[in-house]
Parts: sequence; C-alpha cells; structure tokens
Amino acid sequence: MILASAGAAFFIIPLLGLLLRAPWASAWHQLAAPEVLMALRLSLLASFSATAVALILGVPLAWIFARLTFPGRSVVRALTVLPMVLPPVVGGVALLLAFGRQGLIGGWLATTVGIHLPFTTAGAIMAETFVAMPFLVITVEAGLRSMDTRFEDAARTLGAGRWTVLWRVTLPLVRPSLVAGAVLCWARALGEFGATITFAGNFPGSTQTMPLAVYLALESNPDAAIVLSLVLLAVSLAVLIGLRDRWLGAS
Amino acid sequence: MHLRVVAAVLITVTVGFSSACASTAPVSPNPSAPSGTITVFAASSLSAAFNAIGADFQRIHPGTVVKFSFAGSSTLEAQIQQGAIGDVFASADQPNMLKLVGAALTMEAPIVFAHNDLEIVVGKGNPKHIASLADLARPGLVVVLCAPAVPCGRYAGQALQNGGVRVKPASQEVDVKAVLSKVALGEADAGIVYVTDVKAAGAGVEGVAIPPALNVVADYPIALLKDSQNRALARAFIGYVLGDGRQILVRYGFTGP
Repeated sequence: MILASAGAAFFIIPLLGLLLRAPWASAWHQLAAPEVLMALRLSLLASFSATAVALILGVPLAWIFARLTFPGRSVVRALTVLPMVLPPVVGGVALLLAFGRQGLIGGWLATTVGIHLPFTTAGAIMAETFVAMPFLVITVEAGLRSMDTRFEDAARTLGAGRWTVLWRVTLPLVRPSLVAGAVLCWARALGEFGATITFAGNFPGSTQTMPLAVYLALESNPDAAIVLSLVLLAVSLAVLIGLRDRWLGAS
Repeated sequence: MHLRVVAAVLITVTVGFSSACASTAPVSPNPSAPSGTITVFAASSLSAAFNAIGADFQRIHPGTVVKFSFAGSSTLEAQIQQGAIGDVFASADQPNMLKLVGAALTMEAPIVFAHNDLEIVVGKGNPKHIASLADLARPGLVVVLCAPAVPCGRYAGQALQNGGVRVKPASQEVDVKAVLSKVALGEADAGIVYVTDVKAAGAGVEGVAIPPALNVVADYPIALLKDSQNRALARAFIGYVLGDGRQILVRYGFTGP
C-alpha cells in the first residue's frame, strides 16, 4: 500500500508542481509572445506532417509485416521498431550521418539535387517521423493481425479487386488501430527533442519546436518555459483521455 | 509481515546512508590537508583546461576527488537556481554569475580568473575561404552560433554588431561545444566559438582570427556556492585555479585575469 502510494505520488507530484508553480496571471501574455507562437505553430505543422508521412509509409509497412512472410522479415521489423527504444539523440546522430551534408545519402542529395535537410523544417519533420513512425507501425500491425480476414476473402470472392478490398474492407475494419496509431505517433512527434535538436538544429521559426523552446526558455525566461510545458501537458492529457479505453481498460 | 518488510528496508537505507556519509570523509594522514569530494559546475569551454587542473589538483592532494559538470553557463545557472547541489561555479560570463549572486546562492564575491577571446571556426582547409566576420554574412553559407542566452552566443552577437555584420544562423546551439561539433562534422561551414575551443579541437577544424578591435573579451568568474558541502576543499580548489592553475589555463589558450 505504502509502495503503491509512493509510486502514484512519483507521477502526481511533478504534475502538481507544474500546475501550482505556473504563472497563471501572465499565462495568456506569455502564450502570445512571438517566440512562443512560432514554436506552437511550428510544432503543430511538424507533428501533423510527420504523422502524415508515417501514415503513408507506415501503413503499407504494417501490412507487409502482418500479412507477408519473407526471409529476413524479423530483422527488418526489428530495425523499423528500433527508433522506439533508441535514445532519441542517437537517432539524431544517425540521421545526421545518413542525411547530413557529408552523409551517406545527404551528400548526394546536396550535390546533385541541391536538397539540404539539416537545419530545415523538413529536417525537423524527418527527425520526428523517425522516432514516431514505429508507434504507428506497431499499432496498425497489431490491428491487422487481429482482424478477421474472412471479410477480405469474402470481398475477393465477390469480385472486388485488390485496391477495392484494401480501401473498402481492410482499412475500415482496422480504423480503431489506425486512429490510435496515428494519435500515438502524433503525440510522440510533438514531444520529440533529442533527434530534432541534433539533426535539424534549433532556430526560432524554422526548427525550434515546443520542446526545444521549453529547454532554451528554462535558461532565459522560466515563466514562458512553464507555460509551454502546460500546453504540452494539456495535449498529452487529451491524448490519454481520448485513448483511455484502449490503454487503461477493456471497453 | 508488512512491518517486517518496511523495517528491513529502513534498516538497509540507514546503514547505506551512514556508510556513504562515512566514506565521504576519509581519515587522511594530515588532518589539516583538504580532503573529500567537490563538484565543480563549469562552462563547457573550460572542459579541457579544468580536467587538467582537476587532475593536477588531485595529484597534489591525494585522496581528494574533484568532479566536473560541464555545460553552457546559462544551463548551469538555471540548474543551480533550481537546487542543484555543487561546490564551485565557474561561468563564461558575468551576467550568469551575477544572477546567482543576486539570488544569494554564492558564498563570497566572485573573482575573475581568466579571459578568453572569440574566434571563427571553419572546417579543415577552410573550404569556403572565410577570412573575416563580414564573410559570415555571405548568402548560402551555413553558420551556427550559440543561443543568445548562452555566453558565447551573447559575445558572438556583440562581435557581429561591432563588425556591422548581420548573420542569420542556421541553428542556435545550447553550448559552444555543440557549435564546434557541427562544424567539425562538416554540417556547418562556420561558427563563432572561443579561441580555446579551436585549440582544443585539434586537427579537425581551423580558426579564423577576429581583429581585436571587433573582438569581445570574455570574462570568466569563479565563486564558491552557498550550498557547498565541503567548503575547505572548494576554497582550496578555487585558490589553485587562481594560483598555480593559471599556467594550465594559459597553456590551453586562456589569458590571465
């Protein structure tokens, strides 16, 4: 009982600290500051873009893992899930070494196509996609595995083509997993710090997302840092409440 | 049953604490010699020099341990304000030190123990042929600076202003070593760091001097922290930095106070 209360307190007290120490009187004023608005706008843009990319690339990946067997499948699957457990700053370093100016692909991109990825908003989106996509892939894969494939078979026997089956039968059936996966991915992308600051750098307006803004504001303007943290806390709470049936208990 | 478990945990914790307390105050052969452990918060530009000073100090005073925490001075100042326990703070600029003085977190008046100059750092061979501050404003050049709250960012801003140069950095890094590594990795074409950083980085990068008329001199103050658990050793360390340690600082590229 004592240990359980200690465990609960461990989570509750920091959040209480955030709420009680918040400068409520100047909160709106802080939120309206240009750097804060820039960070908010950029975070929303980057996290939604990262989720979109994750959906486009991740759903087919999830489908392959759920439905196909091929040599090396477990290795590929382990590699795509790796960013979930990898320390984010390590992910940032890896991205830099692959897509940086001297990187494996980045060097070629810079010289032939003239595309630079570090220090750009695109770079920030890439960093967020790298760390957040595995959440979507895992969730959608689980949904695809657990769905009843007889509906797909039935559709095929009725003459539906492959794409029709995918659009009209499979995806609607796994919609709960798709939604949960997308929300998880978005929340993770929103909170990404280590990979973003290492690969995309930190510049207000183009790469300074909210977590980076919080980190820097702690040194110069702690009140703004607390207000930004509250915004991120509110977002996280909303995600948890929206997905509570999925995570916290049977529906 | 529960009581027994709780009692066992409490006894273990108490024994653990008392043995830890015992181990931080070893019986040294000379009771008046400094002993124990101190933690020094120091600006990241001091890392190479202070590691050398710490090694020398521990050699001269056997049995003592000096631990360092290197980060941007503004990061360290924020941590100390929020309650980080340490013995000494060595900052790369006066404003961050003065914030602690104002919050009554230092014991005695800070003393400036070294100066540093800024330098432009570029990749090996200076591929973009950067020769002056004005060159940093060249379009298409990827320049990284420290964030304005960090001392080297503040100084860099002043130097650029002195030179009448407007630079839009690709990134504002949280400490000077991050700027250095972006240039060393080839991700950035140039950055503004300290002379000591270019020296410490060795062969991977090159420095381009900033004319003294435009350059900014960084003042490094050091102070004993109020929450120090070992004031005797901390004072001995500060005394060493101000005394024999000066030669080591000069060796690493700092200039005397």
